[in-house]
Amino acid sequence: MSRIGTATSTRFAPVRAYFRRHRSLGIVVGVLFIGVALPLITHIPPFDGIQSTNAWVNAFTTAAIYAMLAMGLNIVIGFAGLLDLGYAAFFALGGYTYAFVAAPYTGVHLPFWPMLLAGGVVGAIFGILLGAPTLRLRGDYLAIVTLGFGEIVPITLMNSDKFTNGVNGISGIDKPNIPGIVQFTLINPWPMYALVVALLTIIMIMIFRLQDSRLGRTWDAIREDELAAESSGVNIVIAKLQAFAVGASIAGIVGVVNAAKLTIVTPDQFRFSVSISVLAAVVLGGMGNTIGVATGAFIIYLFQNILLKQINTLVENFNIPVLSHIDFLQFQYVLYGIVLVLMMLKRPQGVFPASRRKREFEPLKIEKRGAK
Amino acid sequence: MATASVTSSSTGRILGTLRLPTIIAVFLALTLGVLGIDQFVNAMTLGAIYALVALGYTMVYGIIELINFAHGDVFMVGSFVAMFISSRVLGNDGSITNVPLLIESVLVLFVVTIGIMALIGALIERLAYRPLRRAPKLAPLITAIGVSFILQNIIQFFFGPTITQVPQLVPVEWAIEIAGARVPLLNLFVIATSIILMICLQLFISRTRTGRAMRTTSMDRDASSLMGVDINRTIMITFLIGSGLAGAAGVVHGLYYGNTNFSLGFESGLKAFTAAVLGGIGNTAGAALGGFLIAFVEVGASAFGYGRWGGAIVFSLLVIFLVFRPTGLLGSHSGDRA
Repeated sequence: MSRIGTATSTRFAPVRAYFRRHRSLGIVVGVLFIGVALPLITHIPPFDGIQSTNAWVNAFTTAAIYAMLAMGLNIVIGFAGLLDLGYAAFFALGGYTYAFVAAPYTGVHLPFWPMLLAGGVVGAIFGILLGAPTLRLRGDYLAIVTLGFGEIVPITLMNSDKFTNGVNGISGIDKPNIPGIVQFTLINPWPMYALVVALLTIIMIMIFRLQDSRLGRTWDAIREDELAAESSGVNIVIAKLQAFAVGASIAGIVGVVNAAKLTIVTPDQFRFSVSISVLAAVVLGGMGNTIGVATGAFIIYLFQNILLKQINTLVENFNIPVLSHIDFLQFQYVLYGIVLVLMMLKRPQGVFPASRRKREFEPLKIEKRGAK
Repeated sequence: MATASVTSSSTGRILGTLRLPTIIAVFLALTLGVLGIDQFVNAMTLGAIYALVALGYTMVYGIIELINFAHGDVFMVGSFVAMFISSRVLGNDGSITNVPLLIESVLVLFVVTIGIMALIGALIERLAYRPLRRAPKLAPLITAIGVSFILQNIIQFFFGPTITQVPQLVPVEWAIEIAGARVPLLNLFVIATSIILMICLQLFISRTRTGRAMRTTSMDRDASSLMGVDINRTIMITFLIGSGLAGAAGVVHGLYYGNTNFSLGFESGLKAFTAAVLGGIGNTAGAALGGFLIAFVEVGASAFGYGRWGGAIVFSLLVIFLVFRPTGLLGSHSGDRA
């Protein structure tokens, strides 16, 4: 990997140097490039046979939604070092926020764009509400509290059927609209794709800038040595709360987008397995590396939704007697579990390690060898 | 810090031994009055199951400070192993009225399930937790979540996502009269089994050499290692016992409810963990107490018509306890805030 890295770095040294100075521009160019390249790739033989370009674009849109969730969770886990196991709850809150004000169920129809921000605000508020009492707790207690919260939110949404229509959820949610320019429809996936790519770019730029800010460095300090950070005058609880709020607000925003994309929200969309799939993406990509976790989310999403589906149809077509009864899609959950365990055991820094995180995990190996 | 926690734990323990009988007596009298004898027996039965699961959480947390997220699923797997042995190996498909045969079947069921689950628990510790004992805290928590997910989905793969029937070996019709109310023998059997196992555990921890090793390891792992305690062996035994108890809980659950499901471990696991926190994590007597408390809360909630909210109420209790009294009711040795 490092060999390839040096080869490209010598050839593209001026380009890299330029984008190092103008990183936000680099992100815009990079995401745009990938955003254009992915639909083009689907015209090439092995991919065009799998599904239509529209279906592919739709899949990429969902993958990008997962990637944004992974980037948001990465702020909490990768930057601040807090294990949040109920991240899907904030995703749900964002979705329901939009559903309440943009569906026939309540009869209110507010426009999409301001609600995008409102979703973020709602996410942040709930992040603070949950975090304020619990962030003083030890890390593992926080994990179980967030797990409980992630469970309470869907239960509440399901049981308060007077307000949320219970298990059936809220359907017929308005699509976003730019009057006179673009009409978002269920049939045409392109506008939503463009929206998601743009949002992903903005969030990514924001996170990168945040990471280098005073707050980002505070998170580094807390994660690496809480006691030392506290002694140096960092208000740990406030900084953790900020991480929680930022992470939750991203989930809220993405929740609004997701609700508008699917035009339906149900409590079942936000089960524990969603939190775990996002966590698996973060762990796979490499905690702390924004681009890494986004890639991890893409890999996991495409793996489960394209590859496992393909295996299913393949087995059906060839009519292999033993395997044809197995629904390979079921394996996605086992896959998350295996990703979590194997990555932690074999490569805790992730496939694309953040340089800082890599060093954090490094000395441990030496210590372990020394102990034996 | 270390000395402070040790002193607070010993005072906590002394207070605990004084307070415990009073708390229990007052509590039982109150709940019996509020719920009536039928619901009371139901709550005691449910509590017995939660308590058995909570013991595993509290023992593991006490010794390596890890929330073993997979423990609830070990309980779930235990219920499936018991189902498998009972219906597929022993070939039962209903209750057994022949008393000697019933005793024999139930004993076999317990022994085999406890054995298998103890081995699985130890295997999980060996593969997923031991390599990470010195890693940052996040790492074993994440593998625990991973193991939990793997167990759930292996079971779902083999037995499907729907409810699986389990033969209720002890006939549900058998009942005895207590104070004019009809109490099923099955409930008494569940409660008795659980209490017997808990007493055995207490004796084991307080009286045996291994039990002492477990206690010292949970107080100070490095110091006990220097005193000649084999840490790896002690931790493995903790997992063996904890998972064995979860296996027993799985057997009991199947006998009592007559069914099981792959998602059983998640929610009852969270409730059992709440029970462990309520009692004071790391404190085995506390875990038992917490198990019964949670069951009373849940049964109480459904008795007053809030059954659907039982889970939410229990989680809220968990949050409240973690925030305001992280050492639980009876005090714990490791409830310090970081």
